[in-house]
Formats: sequence, structure tokens, C-alpha cells
Amino acid sequence: MQSDEVILKARNLVKVFGTGKDSVLAVDHISFDIHSGKVVSLVGQSGSGKTTTARMLLNLIKPTEGRIEFQGRDIREFRGRHRLEYWRKVQGIFQDPFGSFNQFFTIKKILKDSLKIIGEKLSEKEKVKLCRAALESVNIDPDEVMDKYPFELSGGQRQRIMIARIFLINPKVVIADEPTSMIDAVLRSNILKLLMKLRDVQGTSIIFITHDIGLAYYLSDYVLIMHRGKIVESGSPEQVIIHPKHPYTRGLINDVPTLHKKWALKEG
Amino acid sequence: MKKLLVVKGLKAYYQIGPEENVKAVDDVSLTLYEGEVLGIAGESGCGKSTLARSLSGLFLPPLRHISGEVLLDGVDITKIDERRLRKEVLGKKISFIPQSSMNALNPTLRIRNFVVDLMREHNPELLEEEVLRRAEERFDSLSLSKKVLDSYPFELSGGMRQRTLVAVSTLMNPDIVVADEPTSALDVTSQRQVIELLAVMIERKIMKSLIFITHELPILGQIADRIAIMYAGQIIEIGTLSQVIFASSHPYTKTLMSSMIVPEEGMRERELPSVPGSPPDLRHPPNGCRFAQRCPQATDECRANDIKLRRFQGRLVRCIHPLKVEREL
Repeated sequence: MQSDEVILKARNLVKVFGTGKDSVLAVDHISFDIHSGKVVSLVGQSGSGKTTTARMLLNLIKPTEGRIEFQGRDIREFRGRHRLEYWRKVQGIFQDPFGSFNQFFTIKKILKDSLKIIGEKLSEKEKVKLCRAALESVNIDPDEVMDKYPFELSGGQRQRIMIARIFLINPKVVIADEPTSMIDAVLRSNILKLLMKLRDVQGTSIIFITHDIGLAYYLSDYVLIMHRGKIVESGSPEQVIIHPKHPYTRGLINDVPTLHKKWALKEG
Repeated sequence: MKKLLVVKGLKAYYQIGPEENVKAVDDVSLTLYEGEVLGIAGESGCGKSTLARSLSGLFLPPLRHISGEVLLDGVDITKIDERRLRKEVLGKKISFIPQSSMNALNPTLRIRNFVVDLMREHNPELLEEEVLRRAEERFDSLSLSKKVLDSYPFELSGGMRQRTLVAVSTLMNPDIVVADEPTSALDVTSQRQVIELLAVMIERKIMKSLIFITHELPILGQIADRIAIMYAGQIIEIGTLSQVIFASSHPYTKTLMSSMIVPEEGMRERELPSVPGSPPDLRHPPNGCRFAQRCPQATDECRANDIKLRRFQGRLVRCIHPLKVEREL
């Protein structure tokens, strides 16, 4: 694995929703590179355009302007089989994976089906073995969940099963949109550790979309700060979060409650 | 210090079947002193919102009061009937600020009409002009735009709605305000404005004491004087801010603290804790310590008998093997 390969490249991306007077400029000329085996955080408050960016990268919606390249090729060129191939290599994880799972299938079936995407011919026994190994790698006892349905599991378990699925599919890029915002702090630690394991063991690039600056600081190799559709500042976590230069980033970081620093609460 | 509110051995269960209860608040005792901000923190499902609701003395089905007392000025409000409670206690002595401002405000009424309705509910003889004069004065003194009063809830931003709710819920200058996750749905900038507003109101004695409930400990670091940590329906540690946050002695508090991720230098080098399992099912909580099955320090003794809050290095902790801290805070 060449660590400095640019795997995903966004150039001058623009997304406008609606037309004429009512149109909304959700993403405004943004460009960035995603290197293989790195975690890049896209940080912004609600309405900053981060989820729209994620959806364009996942090839779910088309940019109004600009281009996205995956391993040097414009993703608009991918049709049919190649488009499916793109969706195998670039996977999404969302806030609550409940919506991504078929509720009528057991976890065993959901995981086995994801093996189909890989396209390898495997016997039933091999499939089950791989699924069990994937569940164990996310610290879930396979015997406990294999025959259950998604609604029988907690949010944290569902999120871990989503990650187990990613382990099975072994994509190049994972786009994680607020994957821990519904999960309590103690369980969140487990999920974050799994994402880092994914990066370290499989060399997966992770685009981590969040409003939580602490998480971005902890997890990322590179940070992009989005505000009103634009990237206002980018760099290493130290540069952007500990020593921010842009007034917007400064204001944002100043407002994050931390444990050791008290705000000067002003008397009105 | 004067005790404003004393809770003794409170149990409040949700009845979900003829013989089945969710033991959301199970033996909680705490004291709220005049002039303090008490933070209550814990993860979702630990019973913190149920505790908040129970402090009103109003138990709406399926929530039931099982035993224990909620003493407000020495009067057990769990024994007062609903009409008297609404007339004499709620809004005047104790007031609530809910999480979702959109659901709390009436979407079809301008804020001014909502305020009039609300105040006259508590005090039918109040004149409309008098209510509005008070509301305008209060908004003015808190540097909130008076224009807000003429708006509908949907015309306001989430942060502004929440600040409006804070101002409206405290118009009758209640002694105690209970705020249940008032900032959780907000972005950091609006979050800070709500906290600042609450701090100003305490400073100016618009309310005497505040109970602030949240799952985000760093917020409590900004405003709380004392903190209670809840786990599986019980308070497992209660003490001053620095005791609980920086020198936790319950193993669960310690885990919760080290799971906090904040943008501070040194954070990237910290190892996050790995705790197996999840909190127990509150329909059938285990015997003994409720954290024992996930606790690295647990012994057979922990699982055998119920454990009560005990005094340890200046705070109260529900643990028989509390973690010692180097220096007492």
C-alpha cells in the first residue's frame, strides 16, 4: 500500500438545490484530496454542506459543477457494473444504520449478502466463517446476534455490525456521516477504536463527517472546516484545531466546552 | 447553606405490564442547596430524565411513584394532589425547561400569546397587559430582542427558541429550575449562549438554584458547582465538580470521564477506555452493584448485596472499592 496515493479527489465541487430565486447554494467550490490509509474529517455545523458533500462523494447525487476523481477517473464515467464496483470500493456509514439494513433479514443473512458484493465464489461454510470472524473483530459474540433481526439490537450493536460489514467488504474508502452521534460516550469509544483499526489493519481511507470538533481532533490525520458551503480552513489537527487562523474556526473552537478551560461567562 | 430540595430514597417506575416495571429511578437521594447549580449526568437510559420529571411531584402514567420523598420547603410534594401541585408548586417554586423547544412552544401561537396563556393558567387573575409588560421587561433585561415576542416559533432559530423557552419558563421567578438537556439539540455557539443566559439568571437571582441534566460532561464543567453521576437508575457518585470530574472514585465515573473527547492538547495521545457490555436491563436490574458485570475491579462481594451511597474522601460514592485519589479536592 502506497501511503501517499491520492485515492479520491474533489475539484471545485458545487451543489445547488432548486432553481431561480429559491435555489440554495449548499456546496460552494470546494476542492480536497483523500489519501489512502488516512482519516480526513469534514467538520461543520448543521447546514454547512458537509452531508451534501458526502452524498456527492458516494455518487448518490450529482454535483452541479466540478468533478470527483476516484483513482484518477471521473466518477461520472462509471456506469452499470463499474458503478456497482465504485459502491463496493466507496462505502457509507450513517448516523443510525437501522435504515441501511433490511429489517426482514437476520444479521447472518445481511452479512452473507454483503459477501455477494465481493463477487467471490464461497461455500456456505466459508461464508459463515468469514461473517463470524468479522463479528468477532468488532467485539460482538456471533452466537448472540447471528439469528437476530436489526430491531432486536441496540444502536451501538447495529453500528458495530455496520462496521463488521465494512470489514467483510474491505472498501478503499469509508464515508462515515456522524456515525457516533446517537451513541453514548462509553460505547462511542469502542466504535472509534474500530474505525481506527479499519484504517490501521486494512489501510482504509476514512472521511469522517462530524460537527464534533473534539472527535475530529482525536481521530483525524487531516481536518477540513466547512462553513456555509465553503472550506474555510484545512490542515493537520494541530494546525486547524489547536492553532486555528480563520476567524470562523477560532470562534467555533472557542465555543466548544472543554474540561480544563472555563468560559469567561459574562454578566449580561 | 439552606436546603431547597431534598430527595429521599425516591423510586419511580414505568409500569409496562401487570407485573412488569422499568425501574428508571431506583433509590435516589440528593439535596439541592440554595444558590448552587447541580449537574446530573449519565448516558441515555440511565434514568436522568425520569428523575427530572419525578422532581415535579407529578407522576403521569405509565410512570408511577413507588416510594420515597421529594421535599420542597419540607413538604413532600409526591403526596400533594395534581390540582394543588399545578396551582401552587409548578412554575412558581419549581419550573422545567425541556429539551425540545419546538414541542414545548405552541406552533400556532405567537410567543406573546403563548406567554399570556401560560401565565394565566397559573394565575387566572393576571391581566394580559401585566403579563406582557413583565415578559417585555424580562426579555429586555436578558438582552433578548422584544421582537421575539411577536414571532411564531418556526420563525426563530433553534438557539433563539431555546433561549426564549428559558426566559418564559422562569417568568414567575421559581426557586428551582430543572433543565433537562436544554442544549443538546443546539450547535456549540447557541449552546454557549443558553449556558450564558442561565449563568446570568443565577447571578441575578432570577432563580435560586438550577438542576442541569445532560449527557455531555464538558458542559457541566462550565456551569455546575456539584455533579451527580447516574447509572442504571441510581446515583453512583455525587460531589463537587472537581471531585467528580478530575478525581473520580467510582469506576464507572472514571470510565465515563476517560471517554470524553475534547479538542485539547494531549487528547490525541490518550487511549480511550474499552468497557465490555452495556448497561443492565432496568426491568431486571442485577443484585448488588449495577456496574459490577462491566467493572474491572468487581469482586463477588460487589454482586452479593445492594450497595448504598457512602461517604468517601469528601464525596458520596456507591461503591465498596472506590478509587483512591492522590490529593483530596
